[in-house]
Amino acid sequence: MVTLEQVRQRAENDARTHGYYLNPDEEFLASLLEGLRENEERYGYPSCPCRRATGVFELDRDIICPCDYRDPDCEEYGYCYCALYVRKDVAEKKLPIKPIPERRPPDKLAKTYSKEVVAPDVKTVEENKATMGSKKPPEARLKMWYCKQCGYICFREEPPYVCPICKAKREMFSELKITISG
Amino acid sequence: MKTVKVEGKNNKHKVLLYALSTCGWCRKTKKFLADKSVEYEYIDVDLCTNEEYEQICKDISERSGRIAFPTLIIDGSKLITGFSEDAIQGALEIGNA
Repeated sequence: MVTLEQVRQRAENDARTHGYYLNPDEEFLASLLEGLRENEERYGYPSCPCRRATGVFELDRDIICPCDYRDPDCEEYGYCYCALYVRKDVAEKKLPIKPIPERRPPDKLAKTYSKEVVAPDVKTVEENKATMGSKKPPEARLKMWYCKQCGYICFREEPPYVCPICKAKREMFSELKITISG
Repeated sequence: MKTVKVEGKNNKHKVLLYALSTCGWCRKTKKFLADKSVEYEYIDVDLCTNEEYEQICKDISERSGRIAFPTLIIDGSKLITGFSEDAIQGALEIGNA
């Protein structure tokens, strides 16, 4: 069983790596960490406490903490959707923390409440726990994306919202196709 | 669908809250309503079945709300997305006291 302390450590490490801080409101922070712990127990991965996960890894991948929307939200508002990760000025309480709009695209959201969604059984949750996010989506959908600003290359379904290296916006990414000549 | 009823002195309006049991903002909303002694009913959507959740999403969409939590539905008509103290206070006609 994952402990609250492990969840906190992981979040602190990730914040440090990416230049963020954790929510300065201890009580609020504790409730978010507990939510993450609960989700990890329930689904096998720590999905965002402020969004409803399906338990189907493929559908929840973008909201596994740190979610795909953290960086653009932190950049625009100073903190992420659930407010676990905050920017320095917010951590120093120079900016108040108020709810922000959901950035997750509606079409992605819509897939999570369609009839086809089947709740995972105990075995799937155990498998998710064992692999913890290392499962890969079907390769056919994966593409190479190239940041035109710094040259960073990633291999995923869609380009990231913000380049993790040079912070260029999503629009700076192009699909990279490799051909062999000669 | 099973809702949980929270008693309160302020029962002028019918308040329905769609929330997530794991969410910090939803927790704040529940606490705010309790502090203001507002009578309300809630459903934690992460604890309901997929069929129930689909129905709730339909309900929110039909009222032109975005699928996000907390969502408050007041008197079956007014919808408030997110924990906005001012909006909730205004809609429920409760003072700052």
